[in-house]
Amino acid sequence: MMVEQKVVDPDYLILEAPRERKFITGSQAFAEAIKRANVDIAIAYPITPQSETMHLVGDLWAQGYVKDYYRAEEEYGAMSAIAGAVRGGARAFSATSGPGLLRGLEAIVSWPGHRIPAVLGVMTRVVNAPLSIQPDNVEIAYLLHSGLIVLHAENQQDVFDFTLAGFPISEKVDVYLPVVVATEGFFVTHAKGYVELPPEDMKLPPRDPYKAPVPPTDCEIPPARIQRDAPVQKSNFMSYLIHAVWQQEVWSANERARKWIKHYLGGLIEVVNPKAEVFIVASGCAAAQGREAQRYAEMEGLNVGLVKIKSIRPFPAQELREILKDAKAIIVPEHNIVGWLCKEVKAVIPNGDRVVEGPRVYGGMTLPVELIMDEIYRVLGIKKAKKTLV
Amino acid sequence: MAEEKVIKPGPAGYIPKPAAFLGVDTPPPGKALLYGEVVDEETAMREAAKAMLTRRNPTIFPGPLVLWGWNSSAIEKAKAVLELASEIPNCRIIPMPDYRPKYPKINPEAEINPNHPNLTILHNRIEACIFVGVHCHYANLSLRMIRAGTNCFTIALCAEMGHEDAMVSLRDVHADDIRRFKDVVVEMRKELGIEWEPKPPPENPSLPKEEWTDVSPLDFGEYAYLLLPRKGEIVEESE
Repeated sequence: MMVEQKVVDPDYLILEAPRERKFITGSQAFAEAIKRANVDIAIAYPITPQSETMHLVGDLWAQGYVKDYYRAEEEYGAMSAIAGAVRGGARAFSATSGPGLLRGLEAIVSWPGHRIPAVLGVMTRVVNAPLSIQPDNVEIAYLLHSGLIVLHAENQQDVFDFTLAGFPISEKVDVYLPVVVATEGFFVTHAKGYVELPPEDMKLPPRDPYKAPVPPTDCEIPPARIQRDAPVQKSNFMSYLIHAVWQQEVWSANERARKWIKHYLGGLIEVVNPKAEVFIVASGCAAAQGREAQRYAEMEGLNVGLVKIKSIRPFPAQELREILKDAKAIIVPEHNIVGWLCKEVKAVIPNGDRVVEGPRVYGGMTLPVELIMDEIYRVLGIKKAKKTLV
Repeated sequence: MAEEKVIKPGPAGYIPKPAAFLGVDTPPPGKALLYGEVVDEETAMREAAKAMLTRRNPTIFPGPLVLWGWNSSAIEKAKAVLELASEIPNCRIIPMPDYRPKYPKINPEAEINPNHPNLTILHNRIEACIFVGVHCHYANLSLRMIRAGTNCFTIALCAEMGHEDAMVSLRDVHADDIRRFKDVVVEMRKELGIEWEPKPPPENPSLPKEEWTDVSPLDFGEYAYLLLPRKGEIVEESE
């Protein structure tokens, strides 16, 4: 049953508290983060097929770690309920994936404009049709242009760290945006990995809804009804500029999140071998495979580096320009067909023809390290007999 | 200080980029922003004081966080704002009491509204203003629109982390800090040789005389029905 928890400073819990190593799945890593996040309400519409994340969070409610659990009737309702709970002052968490994410998308993309600080787990599993329940992260592409903060976890450790840090980042007054913690379904959610966990008898301070850039809902009580809703663009008496600057404010807040991501997660990117001739630039599970490819290359005496992108929004444009300025070639392996990360990288660096578009796998295929190695050999002009992968 | 000011009085144009897109970040604790650059609080306060003392029609825009007596610190902060206003020659106070769009239009002499703050600025020819007690989101919207369409010098006295789009932005500002700023205003006033006997700003001309003797259900506007029993209804208990 529930361990009695004491409230500690977020900086201590996330950055300083002693940690103990556990061997757990990605879904368990989500739940371990929620256990320590002082969450008021979890809201979800978990259906088959799914990861077990929201079921484990349901267990946390039964044990008393999460104060309330609301099982919605469908995804649009779940994501709308998140908005309602958060506007009411609660700290809220949900998780979803693939088609469920898209069903809830209209509500989700309205969160930033309504300044809804919440954390949403996205266990990517491709968008139908054809139906797949295997990892493919094409749905992240749908999240990139709404003002959401989007973090992409490589492994179970990242899932824990990003989710726990997601709450204080999300609730900073100068940010106050929802944080998406995406990771590849199955590869991370269903598989086990080592995770360093802080003590379970510690938790984040409760959310303070009055420390906010917008009025909390109880300011709607008369006579001081001061309203925080976005203005309805229906009247000639309204300035169109209000809508424009509101959108600017959402993206300005997204920019301001950079410093907090650096503070809590050590930066928007992680770099291995910063003086490399060839770089692998990847996020999520592709970064794990890229890490292996970089290690293989190093063993073969090749000067190859890795840039792992932790934050997709805000995007580390400046960091990439700096680290990639002398790179001869940039290989971007991805778990989707559209190559959304490749497009992002190309858009922010000079000489985009240095970017190798791939390798890409999708529809649930794994990403063999050999595919990345083949690209490394090719860009370095190394002739090797190609292995046949079956 | 860079020669080219990043954030300066406008009009900056049809839809200028927000300061955050130009690389301006909120100031760290203990510091302030001046024209988009991080500076000491004292430096920023002196420039803000100078603007309020030398530009036309200086005005303070208090928002809901000081207009409504939510708690003792809000009441104290409101008192400090009045003290500050009394030290600025011919300073007016025009409130931003709420953030609701007003139909068909606001009275720009009576209030400022975040949906079109430039109307109040332009109508009253305000060239220097202070935002205080406005929720950060709405302050940012207003500051951005004012910079886009007016030549007003904007000063944000923020209780939280500050505002990149103001020409001067102080952070973590509470009643004591407002009084510290008031002292800087007085000091600057003497330096500039401006003579002024402190006096409260003029009454807001559009507001009915408030006697504080009674409250009418009409004061609750569209919510009055929540207070009044319906016909035939007998209320036996209340909280």
